[in-house]
Amino acid sequence: MAEEALLQVNRLKKYYGISQGLFKKDIIVRAVDDISFTVHRGETFALVGESGCGKSTTGKTILRLTEPTEGEVIFNGTDVATLQYNDMRSLRQQMQMVFQDPYASLNPKKTIKQLLMEPLRVHKKFKEKERLQKVTEMLDIVGLSKEYLDRYPHEFSGGQRQRIGIARAVILQPDFIVADEPVSALDVSVQSQVINLMLDLQKEFGLTYLFISHDLSVIEHMTDRVAVMYLGKIVEVADTETLFKDPKHPYTQALISAVPISHPAENKERIILKGDVPSPANPPSGCAFHTRCPFAMDICRQKEPETLLFEDGHTATCHLYTTKSREELNYVTSDSK
Amino acid sequence: MASSLPQGEQALGSVLKSKQKTKIGEFFSNLSRSWTGMLGFGIIMLLLFLSIFGPWITPYDPMHAEFSKGLLPPLTDGHLLGTDHLGRDIFSRIIMGARVSVIIGIATACIAGVIGTIVGIIAGYFRGWIDIVLMRLVDVQLSFPFIVLVLVINAIIGAGLRNIIISLAIGGWVIFARVIRSEVLALREKEFITSSIATGVSRLQILVKHILPNLFTPIIILASLQIGTYIIAEASISFLGFGVQPPTPAWGNMLNEGRDYIFSSWWLVTFPGIAIVITALGVNLFGDWLRDTLDPELKGE
Amino acid sequence: MSDAILKIKNLKIEFKSGKETVQPIRGVNFELKKGETLGVVGESGSGKSVTSLAIMGLLPERTSKIVDGEINFKGNDITNLKEKQYRKIRGNEISMIFQEPMTSLNPVFTIGQQLSEPLRQHRNMSKKEIEKAVINVLNQVGIPRAEQIINEYPHQLSGGMRQRVMISLALLCEPDLMIADEPTTALDVTIQAQILELMKNIKQENDMSLLLITHDLGVVAEMCDRVVVMYAGEIVEVAEINELFNEPLHPYTRGLIDSMPTQNTRKERLYSIRGQVPRPNEITKGCVFANRCPLAFSKCFEETPPVFARDDHLSKCWLQNTKEGEVV
Repeated sequence: MAEEALLQVNRLKKYYGISQGLFKKDIIVRAVDDISFTVHRGETFALVGESGCGKSTTGKTILRLTEPTEGEVIFNGTDVATLQYNDMRSLRQQMQMVFQDPYASLNPKKTIKQLLMEPLRVHKKFKEKERLQKVTEMLDIVGLSKEYLDRYPHEFSGGQRQRIGIARAVILQPDFIVADEPVSALDVSVQSQVINLMLDLQKEFGLTYLFISHDLSVIEHMTDRVAVMYLGKIVEVADTETLFKDPKHPYTQALISAVPISHPAENKERIILKGDVPSPANPPSGCAFHTRCPFAMDICRQKEPETLLFEDGHTATCHLYTTKSREELNYVTSDSK
Repeated sequence: MASSLPQGEQALGSVLKSKQKTKIGEFFSNLSRSWTGMLGFGIIMLLLFLSIFGPWITPYDPMHAEFSKGLLPPLTDGHLLGTDHLGRDIFSRIIMGARVSVIIGIATACIAGVIGTIVGIIAGYFRGWIDIVLMRLVDVQLSFPFIVLVLVINAIIGAGLRNIIISLAIGGWVIFARVIRSEVLALREKEFITSSIATGVSRLQILVKHILPNLFTPIIILASLQIGTYIIAEASISFLGFGVQPPTPAWGNMLNEGRDYIFSSWWLVTFPGIAIVITALGVNLFGDWLRDTLDPELKGE
Repeated sequence: MSDAILKIKNLKIEFKSGKETVQPIRGVNFELKKGETLGVVGESGSGKSVTSLAIMGLLPERTSKIVDGEINFKGNDITNLKEKQYRKIRGNEISMIFQEPMTSLNPVFTIGQQLSEPLRQHRNMSKKEIEKAVINVLNQVGIPRAEQIINEYPHQLSGGMRQRVMISLALLCEPDLMIADEPTTALDVTIQAQILELMKNIKQENDMSLLLITHDLGVVAEMCDRVVVMYAGEIVEVAEINELFNEPLHPYTRGLIDSMPTQNTRKERLYSIRGQVPRPNEITKGCVFANRCPLAFSKCFEETPPVFARDDHLSKCWLQNTKEGEVV
């Protein structure tokens, strides 16, 4: 794969202030706390983590659906984070989004035709007459009949709505799509249909996906590289196969081991984590994972670990690998990259 | 049988089945399943009919005074509901009074609705200082009792049909502003709005094409419920001698005029009173039914 | 089999909505043996939750009706029990865990208050004894600082903790049967692993039977001894867990298993079942799955298949009809 960077996220931060009333200081929630990663053209890059880890916020911040607190989002050479309103609006035809909830993300008062025409109209693509043609084509591509054009979203099932949502994102022929849990609200038998559709579309239009999900089996199946997030930070990045074969970070290990087995005869060794994810408003000191980590050491409580590079761009942010000897693990710190 | 079910479930059922039916067909098949809705709708239709065709129905000229026939009890001399102290036919006056009520109810709801909606949208969509200023204004006004406020405004700008509409609208827009603002606040956070932003739709277009159409339902529901309030308010104000001035027949001032005869000639106050009660009941029943039917929470699935 | 704790025979349930009636449950039969974990698998609209509500006697009274069949619990027919009699069973002999732990706890009462409710209802215990029992059961589900937790409110707990509280609530009266309706669907993977582990242990320690309702085949593989597969209000297959995964007889079950991402080659198209789950009012004659079935033949569209048995392995598919089976 040609390793051309389509999207570069540099030290991105998104903090929310929660007002505590007039005389108290606001609580700062660090939803996304200083993360960096690169998405190559044509690949599917996954963000995985549990609820509240900041993966959705990252997706929304990249698309400027919420304003970043700090950091750069460089898409095709332009810094999205500093674009003016109108420039941003026109850039949106190259970066689109597919939402989790197909029930909430389509305006209930609009027909399918209106919903699919809107992106074309807004970006003044094609002549008026050709637009309808284009919409019909798109419906066909996502596997819906053109008889549905004048129907309203509530007349469709969840899977069909998600197809409409995907059609709406793909109709502008964007380079990049952020898919935020696109299949987790769907029935099992429909999930695989939608995953197939996304794979087909990627091939057909050369799409690049940022695939946000908590479902590791889906991630293992359809993504090329994975970033694991915990409490607003990226703890590990690796090729999907490497990650599932050789997870470095204890959190990744626990996450992968927690996936239910796929056959009753399978015997899986489990790392059961203690306790719950701490609140991002009050993250633990040092390494944020130390409260649940089975290997936690003293240093984990005191000092934030650095990001270490293993072979093939595999990085992990964990003290376990810093305390051992340099040669033994054959790493270089990310600073020396 | 089916009418003993809660109305929400009927709305749900109707959404499930009525795929191919036209909107009007859907409306009536929905309505037919709720006797309260039917009753309300019937009363409103009757009111509209009376206010449009009133002059052709009235057996007597409602303004025509004939002192010799004053205070006739009901069912005498061809006066169905009797006559008042000036000998005017009460039945005819009630029919003509419907027109005043309907005009005031609808006109006020329109004016208050438009002003309130605009304010609500501005406050809810743009937030920030403009929201704070507008909503504090609304709070201040809401702290005055509605009827007292309308009376004061009416006293300042003077009596008459037009002025009472103006004063009712000035008193009533705040409710619309409040409700619409909270609707807009909720809508803005909806995922389909985020989806439109992600598509690249401009702020103005989102407002016009996505938020506004989703406000029609709450506006209609609120307006239908408010009309009842306005009609009663008008009656109260006319009763107090402000508002619609005699000899124009309005239910409120009929009550006022009949007050002195309440012990000797009960029919002077009773029939206009019943008219007001039935109207308010009808409008509210219909409004309730409309809310239950159109409630977005119940619709869709 | 006399050791069945719960028997459901030919259960049919109707729902009224407006003028229409739909029948989301059309003739459901299964048995839950003492001490076993039975999984009920199905997608939305399969009727799995409605079935569990019927067992608990929690169907909405005015809009739904059990039109036929029997629910038999420990030898007694509980289908048409009065609300008052049902209350003696509910939370006492049968208890239930719901999907959404936030909404199933009342936000205005403390954990302690909510947990002592069933004991006050069903047991004749003093205040002290109740508190002791509550703390005991909280310890059992692995809640730290139980003595303090009883004075806290649901919103002060995390999702995983709330689900633990729900489980402890279900455990309080030491029920014979626990029904868990998607107990981990709302939870994160690492918390799901905790809760499943907990449920396994608790079931063993308390000698309970467990009816686990879920859409997740992974959870089923993890937890269950036997599985009932439901589709569009009917049971299409019943089998022992290993047999179900090794040799699914119904095309729907096979489709579900084959479409799991782990059963497919990475980056390739997944196996998928075409079409959508039918709505209850869209069901016509013939087999309910026929319109999505890759193996359907003309008979499937004409006649509803009966249940064919191969030992303990039941399936509702014409392909299992030995004569017909040769045709295909």
